Amino acid sequence: MSGLPRALTGGVLHAGRRRAWLVIGGLLALGALAQVWALSAGELAISAAEVVAALFGGEQGMAAEVVRQLRLPRAVAVFVCGGMLAMAGALMQVLLRNPLADPYVLGISGGAAVGALGAMLLGLAPLVVDAAAFAGALGAMLLVFSLAHGDGSWTQTRLLLTGVIVAAGCGAVVKLMLAIAPDTRVHSMLFWLMGDASGARNPWPALGVMAFGLAVALPFARDLNMLARGELAARALGVAVGRLRYLLYVLASLLTAVSVTLIGSVGFVGLVVPHLVRFAIGNDQRLLLPASMLAGGALLTFADTAARTVVSPMQLPVGVLTALIGVPVFLFLLARHPR
Amino acid sequence: MSAAPLLEARALALQVGERWLCCEFSLQLLPGQCLVLLGPNGAGKTTLLHTLAGLREPTVGSVLLGGLPYAGWSPAAAARFRGLLAQQQPDHFSSTVLETVLVGRHPHLGRWGWEGPEDERIAREALERVGLGAMATRDVLTLSGGERQRVAVAALLAQAPQLLLLDEPTNHLDLHYQIAILDLIRGLAAAGRGVVMVLHDINLAARYADQVILLDGRGGVCAGSREEVLQAGLLGEAFGHPLRRFDVDGRTTFIPE
Repeated sequence: MSGLPRALTGGVLHAGRRRAWLVIGGLLALGALAQVWALSAGELAISAAEVVAALFGGEQGMAAEVVRQLRLPRAVAVFVCGGMLAMAGALMQVLLRNPLADPYVLGISGGAAVGALGAMLLGLAPLVVDAAAFAGALGAMLLVFSLAHGDGSWTQTRLLLTGVIVAAGCGAVVKLMLAIAPDTRVHSMLFWLMGDASGARNPWPALGVMAFGLAVALPFARDLNMLARGELAARALGVAVGRLRYLLYVLASLLTAVSVTLIGSVGFVGLVVPHLVRFAIGNDQRLLLPASMLAGGALLTFADTAARTVVSPMQLPVGVLTALIGVPVFLFLLARHPR
Repeated sequence: MSAAPLLEARALALQVGERWLCCEFSLQLLPGQCLVLLGPNGAGKTTLLHTLAGLREPTVGSVLLGGLPYAGWSPAAAARFRGLLAQQQPDHFSSTVLETVLVGRHPHLGRWGWEGPEDERIAREALERVGLGAMATRDVLTLSGGERQRVAVAALLAQAPQLLLLDEPTNHLDLHYQIAILDLIRGLAAAGRGVVMVLHDINLAARYADQVILLDGRGGVCAGSREEVLQAGLLGEAFGHPLRRFDVDGRTTFIPE
C-alpha cells in the first residue's frame, strides 16, 4: 500500500466517512422500506405495488383511499416524530454533555402531558388537546430556561437539575389528574402518556419542522463536535458557545414539543437511537444528526406498524413497542461493543 | 503585525468575587519567548491564563493579541492565532485519537468544510511528535492520563497557533515525558512562536522560562525575567515555605528547607 499515492489509498478518515455514507444510504433504504410496510400492513392487506400505485400513480378505489387518507398521515407522522425525537436526543446529549440525556430530560414532555391530560380531563376536542400539549411543552421549556438561566450563568448541571425537577413536578400533576379522572377517560389519557399515533391526522407541518431543524443544525454540526468535547476547549477553538447553546436548546425543544404534540410522549427513541448510530458511525455530528433522524424515523415507523397489527384489531401504544424492540437491540450492541 | 508583540497585557488586574487575584501589572510577549505563570494553588494562574486567552474579561486593564484587543478578532481568526491547552480534557463520548487531534483543525476550516488529507497529515505528524504515532485509531476513553495529555498537546500542535497558552502541560506526565513535551514546546518558541504556560514545578520553570509571573495568592504579582523573579526569598514568600537555591552544572534548582 505504501507504493500507492496517498489520494488512492485514502486515509483512516476517508474510509470512516465512506462507511458513514453507506450507513446513511442504508438507513434511507430502511426508512423507505418501513414506509412501504406501514402503508401496506393492516386490516386490509395492500400489496407494495398497490401502495406505490396509490402514492404515485393517482390510483382510485378503496385500497388507494385507505393508503392515502388513513395510513399515509399516520406513517409520515410516526416517521417524522421518530426523526425529530432522535435528533433532539442527539442535540440534548451535546448540550448537556451527558450520554444519558434524552429529549424529555428537561421537562418538555412533562409540560406537554400536563397540558394534554388537563384538556382531556375537561373533555375538550382533540384539536384543543393538541394545542394544550404544545402550549404545555413550550411553557415547560420557558420555565426551565428562565429558572436555569437566572443570573445569566447557566451551567449544564443547573440546567439538568432544573429540568429534572420541573419534570418531576409535572409528573406529580399528571398523576393527580389520573387519580381524579373519570374511568371513561383514564384509558385514553394513559395511551397519550405512553405515546399513541392513532390520532395523528396532519403530519405535514411537522415534516416541515423536521426539515427546518436539520437545515438549521447542520451548518453548526462541527461546532457541536467541539462543544461535545468541552465548553472551554470549544471557546478556545473559536466556537461562539453562548449563541450555540441557545440555538441547541431552542431547536431541541421545538423538535420535541412538535413531536409530543403529534403522538404523545414516546420514550426511548430519543435516548437510544443516537447511541445506536454512534456505535455504527462514531460521534461526528455532521453524520450523526442526519443518520439519527433517519434511524429514529425508521425505528418508530416499524414500531408503530407492529403496534397496530401484531394484536389486531387491538392497538398497542407505540411507546411500549419502541422499548420492547429497542432495549434488546441496544443491550446486544452495548455488550458486543469493545469497551 | 510582525513588529507587535504576540501578546500584551496593559495594567491588568483580576478580581474573582471579592478577592483580587493580582494587582495591576503589564507584560509583553515577543515571538521566541516563553513566559511561565507560577504560584501556589488557588492563586489564580488558570484565571490569568484564560484572561490572556480572551476567554474572560479582565476586571481592569486590557489584553492585546497581536496588537489588537480580542474584540477586534473574530473567534475563528483568534483561534488560528492563539491556542489553549486546557487543564483537563473532559471526554464524555467515544472518539478516536486521530479525530481528537483533528479538533485542532477546526478554526482552519470553513463552516461547511471537512477535514481533508492535508489536515490528516498535519494531525498524524503532530501525533508522531508526541510519540503517539501508533495510537491514531485508539479510543480516547481507553487512554491513560498521560497519554490523553499528550493527545491534547498534539491537538494544540495541529492547531498550529502563533501563541500557545498551556495550563499545566506536564499534568499526568511521567518525568521523561515532562521533559520531552517541555523541550518540544521550548523548541516551538525557539522557532518563533510565543509560549505562556502555567507550571507548578519551580525547577521546571527555572529550566524553561524566559519570563516569569509569580502570583503570591494574596493579590501580589512579581513579573520579570527569570533571574529577577526566581529568587529563593520571593518564591519562599509566595509558596509559604522557605527555599534554598542551588546551582548545579549551570542549572538552577530550588529545594525546600
